Amino acid sequence: MLQKIYDWIDDRIDVTPIWRDIADHEVPEHVNPAHHFSAFVYCFGGLTFFVVVIQILSGMFLTMYYVPDIENAWKSVYYLQTEVAHGQIVRGMHHWGASVVIVMLLLHTLRVFFQGAYKKPRELNWMVGVLLFFVMLGLGFTGYLLPWDNKAYFATQVGLEIAEQVPFIGTQLKTLLAGDPSIVGAQTLTRFFAIHVFFLPAALFGLLAAHFILIRRQGISGPL
Amino acid sequence: MHKGKGMKFVGDSRISAERKPNTSKDYSEYPGRTEAFWPNFLLKEWLAGSVFLVGFLSLTLAHPSPLEKMADPTDAAYIPLPDWYFLFLYELLKYEFASGTYIIMGILVLPGLAFGALLLAPFLDKGPGRRPHQRPVAVAMMLLALTSVIWLTYESAANVNWEQRAEANKPVPASNVEIDTEHPGYAIYENSCLSCHGGELEGTAGPSLVGIDYTPEELATIATDGIGSMPPDQFTGSDEELDQLVEFIISVNEEAK
Ligand code: HEM
Repeated sequence: MLQKIYDWIDDRIDVTPIWRDIADHEVPEHVNPAHHFSAFVYCFGGLTFFVVVIQILSGMFLTMYYVPDIENAWKSVYYLQTEVAHGQIVRGMHHWGASVVIVMLLLHTLRVFFQGAYKKPRELNWMVGVLLFFVMLGLGFTGYLLPWDNKAYFATQVGLEIAEQVPFIGTQLKTLLAGDPSIVGAQTLTRFFAIHVFFLPAALFGLLAAHFILIRRQGISGPL
Repeated sequence: MHKGKGMKFVGDSRISAERKPNTSKDYSEYPGRTEAFWPNFLLKEWLAGSVFLVGFLSLTLAHPSPLEKMADPTDAAYIPLPDWYFLFLYELLKYEFASGTYIIMGILVLPGLAFGALLLAPFLDKGPGRRPHQRPVAVAMMLLALTSVIWLTYESAANVNWEQRAEANKPVPASNVEIDTEHPGYAIYENSCLSCHGGELEGTAGPSLVGIDYTPEELATIATDGIGSMPPDQFTGSDEELDQLVEFIISVNEEAK
């Protein structure tokens, strides 16, 4: 039955070559922890991706309750945390995931760095990777404000004051992020929300696609 | 791809009518013990993934994510602190060479050099050798950067009393009760209790009096004899006034239900 459905679809849109392109690639012996235990260092990239998926899914569920305005943001998070069934777990996954992803990212970067895996021909993928790191830090910075509690508010205020001290464009930069040259308030929260759930994830998906396509094109670096 | 004469298509589309076999490649000719990602490797890898997930969920269950009081921009006493992975940048700004007149050092030059070098690492470390001992400069720079980041993070985190912070900033549910200041018991509350239990019974030095579970008699006893760290004789007045006070607290609790 499933085979029939597959054949019916394949007949019309020829999915087999696409699927084989995705599924067929080799896992060389030196990156396979089943053969060499020390190859677990090659898992950090995959684990980063795994946590990114957790972040996306838990974040999607969070937006079902979260309200991005200064009157209700904190209340909606408090409600989610105390009243909603499993709300605490979903928020917990997103909260701890944000830290775990930074740790995994760091381990992955160090693996690539100390193995010299960024050398020719993988320079571009390394730069894509560093940009991914910046995007993840940006997600952390903007997400920190969203619960609108004291630690969120005052940390963001400090962050924006630092941005303001950048020469020449400081004030414009702060206004761009905060929505106002001096107030950290309603505008700031909606801007950070938009950046956190639309702008940065869009950048993240684009960079991830580039990262993975490049890995597939070049193959994983050989043994040292 | 197949080209040329004699190709058959599905209808008027460009889909080839010829079926391609949907089978994995054969990796037996590849060096070493190479195996297919799908399905061989993934069948093992999802197990490792599950272990990771279980560990992650245990962390989540054991430590509910923190939430402090709702943001209060007028709270001048609050000491701001970023999330842990920004602490090193925050700590850097406390050094004299990176703050005040040299703030540009702290916010642009040093982080810019470090992250710029990270971004351009493949072009700064161009030799063909990949092993760490073949590129001592790059490895030394990375170790230096790592140690600095760990040291700065440690310096910053070690000076924070995390328990005290969490205790002082516990979330308070928003009160939706309206305090009836006309109530005869309110004036008595204002005199005897408000300084510790707050204008809306939300609690300040003492705990909140909304959502408590005491009988009127127990409340009267607490008001005169104290309880826990609350000293006795907070209320000193006539029995009639005590009745009014208790009735006031009960009425707020009734309304909050
Ligand atoms: C969301 C972030 C990221 C994800 C999901 C990710 C994922 C991956 C995966 C799955 C691999 C395959 C090999 C492995 O798992 O170790 C890989 C390889 C690679 N990554 Fe990342 N990565 C991320 C961020 C980064 C960062 C921050 C860097 C560097 C600064 C980086 C640089 C590289 C390079 C150069 C390779 C090729 C290494 C080789 O061929 O040995 N990636 N990445």
